[in-house]
Amino acid sequence: MSIKQGLLALLAVEPMYGYQLRQEFESRTGGTWPLNIGQVYTTLRRLERDGLVAGAGADDEGHARYELTGPGLAAVDGWWTTPVTRDAPARDELAIKLALAVTVPGVDVRGVVQRQRTETVRALQDYTRLKRREPGGDERDLAWTLVLDNLVFAAEAEVRWLDHVEARLARWPAASAPAAAGATTSADAREVAR
Amino acid sequence: MTATTERPETTGTTTAPVLRMRSVTRVHGHGEAEVVALRDVDLVVVPGELVAVMGPSGSGKSTLLTLAGGLDSPTGGTVAVDGEVLGSLGRAAVARIRRRSVGYVFQDLNLLPALTAVENVMLPRELDSTPSRHARREARAALAEVGVRELADRFPDEMSGGQQQRVAIARALVGPRRLVLADEPTGALDSATGEDVMRVLRARVDAGAAALLVTHEARHAAWADRVVFLRDGVVVDSTGSVPGADSLLDDGTDDR
Repeated sequence: MSIKQGLLALLAVEPMYGYQLRQEFESRTGGTWPLNIGQVYTTLRRLERDGLVAGAGADDEGHARYELTGPGLAAVDGWWTTPVTRDAPARDELAIKLALAVTVPGVDVRGVVQRQRTETVRALQDYTRLKRREPGGDERDLAWTLVLDNLVFAAEAEVRWLDHVEARLARWPAASAPAAAGATTSADAREVAR
Repeated sequence: MTATTERPETTGTTTAPVLRMRSVTRVHGHGEAEVVALRDVDLVVVPGELVAVMGPSGSGKSTLLTLAGGLDSPTGGTVAVDGEVLGSLGRAAVARIRRRSVGYVFQDLNLLPALTAVENVMLPRELDSTPSRHARREARAALAEVGVRELADRFPDEMSGGQQQRVAIARALVGPRRLVLADEPTGALDSATGEDVMRVLRARVDAGAAALLVTHEARHAAWADRVVFLRDGVVVDSTGSVPGADSLLDDGTDDR
């Protein structure tokens, strides 16, 4: 992603300098994906090299501002009109972990699933607690709400997938051994629920 | 209000559990046909707490809810509402606790189509011999609390699904009832309306009610203070009490 696309989209609003771009990016995404200022400048230099942005002189305080070039503007338009592709799945540690858990002998797969479910629901509770604050009326609050919703739906999808994994394991004939292991851990886990 | 054996009551806003389930077991049938719906479940819900129970169908979550509400009796263990152990009471006394202390919100709303919103909400209070005028006043207050004051005189078929569900929640909360039991209360509502319903329930709990929510949707369970996982009639895990949400952003960059 798309620090590159993000910076181009912001520069389509008005010419900005590096620090300002970082602030705008973070405030519009609720600080969910912090940028370091080095990344911002590296990206700007690459964009300049590729002819998508150009220097726009300094502001009153001497900050070097950047603006979009014609090709840069076309790149932003292209971003809005093209869907984000999903053809190269990001490396997902959880998917990898479970794929290995069912193939490596001696792993309590159901235990792995339940511990993950608890953790993911806990994260979901955190996101939901943030959502409880009544949103204000401006567009940045809307932007932040949408980002939070995205985190919520992604975590929910993970829980649903874990439920599905569990159901599939239950039906898999060879899975009877891990099922017994899961039963012993559940007695301990009951203590957790007061 | 009844004193509990757990803790003497000092003020009106006590933190003594509204619901306490101890080693609750429910077995259906016997011998070969025996089915254990719930085994040795311990669960406490205090005022101001929303507890969600998550589990697949057949995990025992609906059984748990009917036992908590005194609609069914455990074959082992005890269920106490407001400090009174239901099993030690006669039928009439249990029915009285059900009406006075417990409110239900079900997926199918069970609003009576021939009654207006306010009449639906005041019905349980009237059944409990509350004078009509008083019951109506309480019902209007409950409707206002869930944000549908203006719908008081409408019939269910004149309301949207989300509005009907709010009325059903008002009915579950009307009067002095302090324990709300909800079974998939967001039912067939779309995601944004379902979220409104959870907000209403959450606000009511923050104002002092205790609630037990049964759902298979993680997104709704996440409104709870604690999420309990049920598998094959057994509590297998719980999210416990959760640290402050403010840690979320700080933790966003670690490698979990």
